[in-house]
Amino acid sequence: MPYIEMPKLSDTMTEGTLVKWRKAIGDTVSVGDILAEIETDKAVMELEAFDDGTLKEIYVPDGGKAQIGEKLALLLGVGESMPKKKGEAPITEKRDLADAGEHGQEVSPKSKTKVEPAAAPVHVASAGRVKASPLAKKIAVAKGVDLATIHGSGPGGRVVAKDLESAPTKTSRAPAAASAPIISTILPEGAKRIPLSGMRKIIAERLLASKTQIPHFYLNIEVDAGELLKFRSQANVHLEKAGAAKLTINDFVLKAAVEAAMKVPRVNASYAGDSIIQYADVHLSVAVAVEDGLVTPVVRQAQKKSLREISEAVKDLATRARTKKLKPEEYQGGTITVSNLGSHGIDNFFAVINPPQAIILAVGAIVKKPVVNAQDEIVPAHRLAIGLSADHRVVDGAIGAQYLAELRLLIENPVLMLI
Amino acid sequence: MSYDLVVIGGGPAGYVGAIRAAQLGKKVACVEKERAGGTCLNWGCIPTKSLLRNAELFHLMKHRADEFGFSFDNLSFDWSKVIKRSRDVADKNAGGIEYLFKKNKVDYILGEASLERAGSVTVKSRDGKTQKLEAKNVLLSTGVVSRPMPGLPFNGTTVIGSREAMILEKQPKSIVIIGAGAIGVEFAYFFNAFGTKVTLIEMLPNILPLEDTEASQTLEKAYAKLGIQVLTNTKVVKAEAGKEGVKISVEGKKVETLEAEVCLVAIGVQALLSGGTALKLTQRGYIETDARYQTSLPGVFAAGDIIGPPLLAHVASYEAIQAVEGMFTNHAPKKVSVFPSCTYCQPQVASVGLTERAAKEKGLKFKVGKFPFSASGKARAVGETDGFVKILFGEPYGEVLGAHIVGAEATEMIGELGLAITLEATHEEIEATIHAHPTLSEAVHEATGQAYGVAIHL
Repeated sequence: MPYIEMPKLSDTMTEGTLVKWRKAIGDTVSVGDILAEIETDKAVMELEAFDDGTLKEIYVPDGGKAQIGEKLALLLGVGESMPKKKGEAPITEKRDLADAGEHGQEVSPKSKTKVEPAAAPVHVASAGRVKASPLAKKIAVAKGVDLATIHGSGPGGRVVAKDLESAPTKTSRAPAAASAPIISTILPEGAKRIPLSGMRKIIAERLLASKTQIPHFYLNIEVDAGELLKFRSQANVHLEKAGAAKLTINDFVLKAAVEAAMKVPRVNASYAGDSIIQYADVHLSVAVAVEDGLVTPVVRQAQKKSLREISEAVKDLATRARTKKLKPEEYQGGTITVSNLGSHGIDNFFAVINPPQAIILAVGAIVKKPVVNAQDEIVPAHRLAIGLSADHRVVDGAIGAQYLAELRLLIENPVLMLI
Repeated sequence: MSYDLVVIGGGPAGYVGAIRAAQLGKKVACVEKERAGGTCLNWGCIPTKSLLRNAELFHLMKHRADEFGFSFDNLSFDWSKVIKRSRDVADKNAGGIEYLFKKNKVDYILGEASLERAGSVTVKSRDGKTQKLEAKNVLLSTGVVSRPMPGLPFNGTTVIGSREAMILEKQPKSIVIIGAGAIGVEFAYFFNAFGTKVTLIEMLPNILPLEDTEASQTLEKAYAKLGIQVLTNTKVVKAEAGKEGVKISVEGKKVETLEAEVCLVAIGVQALLSGGTALKLTQRGYIETDARYQTSLPGVFAAGDIIGPPLLAHVASYEAIQAVEGMFTNHAPKKVSVFPSCTYCQPQVASVGLTERAAKEKGLKFKVGKFPFSASGKARAVGETDGFVKILFGEPYGEVLGAHIVGAEATEMIGELGLAITLEATHEEIEATIHAHPTLSEAVHEATGQAYGVAIHL
């Protein structure tokens, strides 16, 4: 096939943005040449040519979006001729498509009066032909369901029996409660509409699924970070002399999270419908804030890495996450996530589970505050709050508590992390 | 070399998966240790259909010539030509696949592959040379081989598997076949048709135990008429193999010792794993895969017999296409749910969907429609009145839950009912479809009518 199509570049990708064409119409292309840059929900990636030829037509301009499998361009090899096809409007000469930008951002005053279709399914009287299987039609009649209101999961949107399993009957139909909130499509004065980036869409989808499908429960502890601070400054004195990068508090927390998971392996698991999968390796996802969202790059087999190796891996991954240089395998397949908002001035919080993982740790800032010590004296101490969100299908309260107890032991006695 | 996909094994899963990936514009290699086409084409489906065709014709001439008004003097056959025709058919088909590889620009590599790790496959070719292939994705489709009977290992001459059974140099005078699945049942028909004394042993209560009980029983009666000794509910308790033959002691209705020149062991298969990195296996020793056909090693997928039953070529091809589309497009791969099963003895046995047994076990409400070929004009005209069409319709909507056909062209007729299940057709759509007259497939229409009390010819 001479057409270049939008490839699937990550597991969760459904569409991509063509950031920039690196080749222009008329350019000669050889295998391995970079044709364009494509932004997925996770990263910007390079689109390579798999064939030699000449770039004849471009269908998606710089900044345009395309679904997976949608045609992006026509690349003709030697001896291949232009396929004849009507109804497409290719860009046959190179020019900047200013209108592409306009499409993306509806900030013009015109949009005030523009009424878009509502998010709720439009109730069309079943006048037109509805594609449905004979069995689905019979069930619909028996249940009194209007087939036009059913989303078909069969080929070409055909309604099949399965789609009617959970369909509400005519008498009990609730007002169309879509999963997306219904917000007026008319913009108030001064408001602007910000189009969703690929990443924002994925964050919205995944976290909505997580919060609605995973039964979260929460536990929190406050640990004494005094020893940890001492230990860290000692270590950093030596590291500095040796010209190595310093360790952060978060590096220690990450190491402790991994070690504790090896002690309480039941938290390092996923719910798989008919079973629970318990992993042998701890692939540690670390939440990194990036422009317009966050990514969770993964430190693989973190249980085999030393404190310093974890520290270096996280620094490298975080830097590349911010510049969108991560490869898909570098942000996929994590088994436990740690999110730290301490440096953002948050003392304590809880995070939303990153599916299919079973737990996520929320780490706050180290705060100096008065505590009552063993001698019943009020003394100043460095305290660190850690919140645990867990999937109750996998982890029960007692297991979560056991995990946090291990975590406390390690952070309050950081020497143990070296053993 | 670097590929988007390296397929290990060139059978109905492997070659189909390789070609589909190539159609999607991917750079693909298919590594095959023996010859493209796999068991299906070289040592299974295709060559056995050739043998069975010979058997049918010979049976017709030998035993039914008078009925059709023929007579022969000295009717005979040349065993080596029977075998050669089957091998020629396989050879021609294998060449066809190599052509398809070329046409689709799939690199076809002859050699033994070993999975070094995800992303890397080493191939040792027959001349001893080794090459490394870099693979963004790997599809394992190495299939299965005959499983030996405990205490009765294969020796290639008197104790054989299906592969040897189709190229025996000499026709055996007698054969004991252990296991009455599709393979055992087909070879029983083949050897019997040429005059070998055949004993078919099955541990379970019926031959073709996965089929609808009525279908199995109908075939048992037909086999009894053909002179095949069928021992069901029978266990092998002791087996001895020598150079001249085998002695098999069985325990069933009777305790007895069977003697035969050859024993064909057709009790099942075992996974044929490629070398290299070990993958997670299922309890029964097949490669474990997830919903996307991915193995325990990310980037390494598996499809076909190697991931377990149903062990059928058409299922293998379906799985490979699902796996490959899942790798390279945003298609969510599907697992096999409804598939046809066919056995090519005479009368043939074909089915799709649920058996009556399974429907009862599931607690489903259903109606049964049945039409015997003895009431079909076409069946009488061609002299093939054995068997029936039986269809299960769900209640209250009348959707097709399962269909079972025993008869001359059963395997060619099951497609209509597979389509009916896929499209969720109900009895009304089948009734509303005009079936050509005279055909055997009218029986499908009539069986449907029978379930709802509107059959004309019963």
